[in-house]
Amino acid sequence: MTRLALIGGIYSNYHALEAALDTMDRRGVDGVYCLGDVGGFGPYPDRVYPLLRSRGVECLQGNYDNSLAGGLGDCQCGYTDPRDNYFARLSYRYTFERTSQENKKWLGTLPTLVRLEVEGWRVLLCHGSPRKMNEFLWESTSPDSFLEYLLDESQADIVGVTHTGIKWQRKLSDDRLFVNVGVLGRPENNGQTCVWYTELSLSEQRASVNFVPVVYDHQALAADMQAEALPRQFIETILTGWWTTCLEILPHKERARGRF
Amino acid sequence: MNYASVHLTHLDNLWFQVSGTLCNIACTHCFNRSGPGVRTFGLLEIRQVRESLETACRKGVKEIFFTGGEPFLHPQLPEMMELCLAVAPTTVLTNGLLINDRTADRLAELEKQSRYSLEIRVSLDGWSEEMNDAIRGRGVFKQVMAALARLCQRGLLPLVTVVRTWREAEEMDVLAGFMSFLAEAGYARPRIKILPALPLGRELSRSTEARADAPLLSEELLKDFDRGLLMCSNSRLVTDRGVWGCPLLVEMPDARLGARLEDAASVYDLRHHACMSCYYYGTICGNVSPQIEGLEKPR
Repeated sequence: MTRLALIGGIYSNYHALEAALDTMDRRGVDGVYCLGDVGGFGPYPDRVYPLLRSRGVECLQGNYDNSLAGGLGDCQCGYTDPRDNYFARLSYRYTFERTSQENKKWLGTLPTLVRLEVEGWRVLLCHGSPRKMNEFLWESTSPDSFLEYLLDESQADIVGVTHTGIKWQRKLSDDRLFVNVGVLGRPENNGQTCVWYTELSLSEQRASVNFVPVVYDHQALAADMQAEALPRQFIETILTGWWTTCLEILPHKERARGRF
Repeated sequence: MNYASVHLTHLDNLWFQVSGTLCNIACTHCFNRSGPGVRTFGLLEIRQVRESLETACRKGVKEIFFTGGEPFLHPQLPEMMELCLAVAPTTVLTNGLLINDRTADRLAELEKQSRYSLEIRVSLDGWSEEMNDAIRGRGVFKQVMAALARLCQRGLLPLVTVVRTWREAEEMDVLAGFMSFLAEAGYARPRIKILPALPLGRELSRSTEARADAPLLSEELLKDFDRGLLMCSNSRLVTDRGVWGCPLLVEMPDARLGARLEDAASVYDLRHHACMSCYYYGTICGNVSPQIEGLEKPR
């Protein structure tokens, strides 16, 4: 039996990352992978990197990492609502300015896709989708037909993605699995303050997914964000578990479940 | 002339021209000239929807869309939507005029039953009777607002779709106007989608902008451009008269690619000025702006 820990976007939430890594140490894992988007949203972006390196986390590149590494001055978000664009740009500018050159350079060296062969299973890890780094795969807009196609095309039995911020899994034909591993960076727009990572357990006979809640010191994160003068709307999300900005990307079902 | 060609990379989006070009109003900017009694295209049969859906599922389709004309003029629309929602997220583009209490109840029921998202895109072109009805016809504004209220009361969050008929400099004010008006009207969490006006159909007569020398999308322009943003690379439209490469080009006979989805051609030559819309804005017909997903190769 092999157990892998898959973590999604960290968004500079070093408090949650530390808590998640401690949980993994207690539970025991054979490998830890981060599926990209190390920075954004949270405070002190450089505090995440030493944790990733010292605790042996294998990292992939997300779209935010790609922008930071490429030196782009803007996150390239094009929301319809000017309010959303304002917050997206503000968050990107803060992260860009507070991320060291060395860390930006490191982000540029990360792979966009990782393939593993574990206990006979072909596992593929990526950020958005196997075909596009910035494709959103939500539970309510990813039909079985499309996921089967992605698995066939990428010649994988198990695909892990992140990018949207909300976890889900789907069992498909021939015991294949598609999983959105969620994110450590912020709660899931469900009124709970915890965040999540994913445990993938593989034996020759069976592949299974376990979503692990990470209860961390979100009050300390909020205090950090306040000290860094990050928007109160972002802090509200951390303290309440409800998303407050950039909601336009949410499909109907996911949006209707939220408060805003 | 050599036109630029685009291959269907993957069928992400399956569109149904479900009510043909039959509509209960005749908007001044309508790109396919739909209206009362306009029968350029007719109603789709449920058999055509079922067959195309099966083919699309085999190909790994991602989303289904119903358009027209006014889709709710088709008496079997809810049944068709139920078929689609069983297998994929489904969107209906409507003017809202036929969404009475009974239809709203049915939509809420469909949404609840499905594990996939149902998106109801309701067109509105102004936040006052004066603004909206100048484009969409007298009395439309009040009826649409009533439809939006019915949907909201049932927990549905319609996507209010607005065609850009203002100048770029006015964009922020117009958007702010819509957001605050909708919130005041009781739509507490308004969702808005802006569409560019398309240089097609009635819009050509409405707008005074000269288009005689509008460029075509050439191979040169497409060099280093992410062709995945062009709708014909990821979508097909099923009508009662065959399969088209793009919902915008439904009045163009050369955009007809075959009789059935199964055997429709996989390559389309970009012969029309309207193809520039996807070049400038990405696949505008989806629910989320492709600008939000981000461009794979930024221009």
